Amino acid sequence: MQKIKEKIIEFILRATALITILTTIGIIWVLLSESLVFFKEVSIIDFLTDTQWTPLFANKHFGILPLISGTILTTIIAISVSLPIGLTIAIYLSEYAPKKLKKFIKPLLEILAAVPTVVYGFFALMVVTPFLQKLIPEMAGFNSLSAGIVMGIMIIPFISSLSEDALSAVPKSLREASYGMGATKLQTSFKVMIPAASSGIIVSVILAFSRAIGETMIVAIAAGQQPRLTLNPLVPVETITAYIVQVSLGDVQHDSLEYRTIFAAGITLFVFTFILNNISFWIRKKFREEYD
Amino acid sequence: MTNGEKNRLKDSIFKYIGVFACSIGLILLAIFIGNIIYDGFNRIDWSFLTSLPSRKAEKAGILTAWSGSLWIVIFTFIIAVPIGISAGVYLEEYNRKNKLTRLLEINISNLAGVPSIIYGLLGLEIFVRLSNLGSSVLAGSFTLALLILPIIIVATREALKAVPSSIRAASFGLGATKWQTTWYQVLPAASGGILTGVILAISRAVGETAPLIVVGALAYVPFTPKGPMDEFTVLPIQIFNWVSRPQHEFAINAAAAIIILLAITFTMNGIAVYFRNKWQKKINW
Amino acid sequence: MKYKLEAKNIDVFYGKLKALNNINIGITENAVTGLIGPSGCGKSTFLRLFNRMNDYIDSFKLNGDIYIDNTNIYDKSVLVDELRKNVGMVFQKPNPFPKSIFDNVAYGLKIQGINDKAFIKTRVKDALKQAALWEEVKDDLGKSALALSGGQQQRVCIARALAVEPSIILMDEPTSALDPIATAKVEKLILTLKEKYTIIIVTHNMQQAGRISDYTAFFYMGDLIEFDKTDTIFTNPKMERTENYITGRFG
Repeated sequence: MQKIKEKIIEFILRATALITILTTIGIIWVLLSESLVFFKEVSIIDFLTDTQWTPLFANKHFGILPLISGTILTTIIAISVSLPIGLTIAIYLSEYAPKKLKKFIKPLLEILAAVPTVVYGFFALMVVTPFLQKLIPEMAGFNSLSAGIVMGIMIIPFISSLSEDALSAVPKSLREASYGMGATKLQTSFKVMIPAASSGIIVSVILAFSRAIGETMIVAIAAGQQPRLTLNPLVPVETITAYIVQVSLGDVQHDSLEYRTIFAAGITLFVFTFILNNISFWIRKKFREEYD
Repeated sequence: MTNGEKNRLKDSIFKYIGVFACSIGLILLAIFIGNIIYDGFNRIDWSFLTSLPSRKAEKAGILTAWSGSLWIVIFTFIIAVPIGISAGVYLEEYNRKNKLTRLLEINISNLAGVPSIIYGLLGLEIFVRLSNLGSSVLAGSFTLALLILPIIIVATREALKAVPSSIRAASFGLGATKWQTTWYQVLPAASGGILTGVILAISRAVGETAPLIVVGALAYVPFTPKGPMDEFTVLPIQIFNWVSRPQHEFAINAAAAIIILLAITFTMNGIAVYFRNKWQKKINW
Repeated sequence: MKYKLEAKNIDVFYGKLKALNNINIGITENAVTGLIGPSGCGKSTFLRLFNRMNDYIDSFKLNGDIYIDNTNIYDKSVLVDELRKNVGMVFQKPNPFPKSIFDNVAYGLKIQGINDKAFIKTRVKDALKQAALWEEVKDDLGKSALALSGGQQQRVCIARALAVEPSIILMDEPTSALDPIATAKVEKLILTLKEKYTIIIVTHNMQQAGRISDYTAFFYMGDLIEFDKTDTIFTNPKMERTENYITGRFG
């Protein structure tokens, strides 16, 4: 009797764990099935090469490139903000700060990642853009610069925390060897610690990239809704995520072509993040073996 | 200046840069929160909390928004927490190092990296349309539950890992079965850590906007949900809606609503950190 | 006779724990001084006082003075990085940087801001020769130091320390991670190095101390039990504890 009960319980537990697999299958199935219908009507070549994205207009174009460029532009701005700051924090915390300070600052920085993104969107639109417009008068009210900067602030803890872990995982003996040669902490950090922790730092940057690409509300609020193939950070753009929000807010008929565009956009986004996550996964695995 | 002096100078300058980098993000956040409190604090009063949305900014309130958030949080909790803890227990306690476990592990870390808006698309197709739930509280809760599942599973595993194996050995030694050991000994010992993870996950769900927009949560709902099958809006969507309007009065409403949302988020995170510290002290026996 | 290094009335604390107790010692120039004793006796802590490597431990506290060439190295005016250019260190486990052999040996020069490539090349070559490694690696200086064998890695680390021309080299059980053949090579190397350098070596291995050191200090539980010429320590120790340890009755 007891044995049967144990078996049943284990079965239930396993079933709940398998829900996570079902989720993945569900995501891929939903994205694929709707996109496949979409690609029956729109050629995949047009989708990947047309430079205009106007599915909601009378003159319809289905080129994803403008959405990709908007996404990458905001992401690059975000990374250029968060990488130097995050890496500096990581070095400071692992090489300079006393242990007590480190214990205090790390959770404090996590607050940056805990703030709801819609709040950051407000910040970008209502505070950062007006401030930047004073410096750059020709800047538009919606632009990728403000959105990118604010997104960068949000992902600082992603980079600082994972990079700090990577630096702390470097064997202490390397640090001592460098100090023993008369190197300063700064020299030790940049000439020994960062190269030795490089794979972990790269992982942190890739994950931050993936996070920024998938970020939605900041760009939906502050970057605009104008798909545009541009690298100009001062004008409105639209990201993949912002487009999905735009369509979701509107009155689009289910089973229409317009409706399926969000799945085509979604699968593009999913492919990007999936590749990035797996690269980071692969590097991490390799890196772990290195130090074992 | 000798090279040594230069290096020492650079070194001490970097120390200040490090302090600056640590504080810049927090300082900006503080400025911003100060700004929002300045804008919105006076807008918060009883009628703001108890009024329905309105075309007129000064009459509009967040009643539907916070009650919608409450409905969503309760149902997300009911769905995600048992499944998440159970899956975590399976992976940590019943883990036989086989292919299935490895696949589950890789899969969960991949799911944690899927953008939240993709979960919205999943929810839209599976719950809203195929399951015929419509854009209801239940559809939104299922969607968010899947989104926070990886967080709860990972937190559960971490908490179980911290429980010393001597506890398990002692229980097995008394003839307890695996499940009895897990249920009566291991889970109670890990409860503090699990609780922390659950609170953080729920706090994440409270702040989520994009997936709920995609499953069709409305920007304007003139009533509060009466049941799980009703349509709904949530606090972050209400904020988004107000931010998107050009009139300044709505921005003030948004600021006021943000104060409420941040108060909820920070309180939950604070409680989570409190439990974590308390529990970590206890687990170091 | 004047000593190269001197420790006077040294007490070391880690928090409340007293790790070294009133140590007085003088170390002779161009000789090998061995520090022996069971693990946890404080010999490594003592070695690390001479290049202030203990400074990074939060709870570390020192009473007493350490002199190198009659300068108190714990004086506020002493610059730690300058001190370490004069006092090289070789660690327990080979710890080459994940860089090429050349870059490892050139590291100390580069961090001093030396850019003269020809000069660096000569120094690297000299250091590798002194470390008895030149013949083995001269053709692949660009190879990662991590690809070398353990014994070669340790000699890279020795060359790395020699390249900046210190006058003192501290060695913290430098052969404990090496096989007997590599150990023999490093020991032979140490004997040639003492002509130019003052060497202090911590060792676990009594026979090693007997083979290579001119002076031997025996530590036990934070106390310096006996310090004398190696011959005396090994053949005619004054203290019973020393004799017990050396003859292997405990340790």
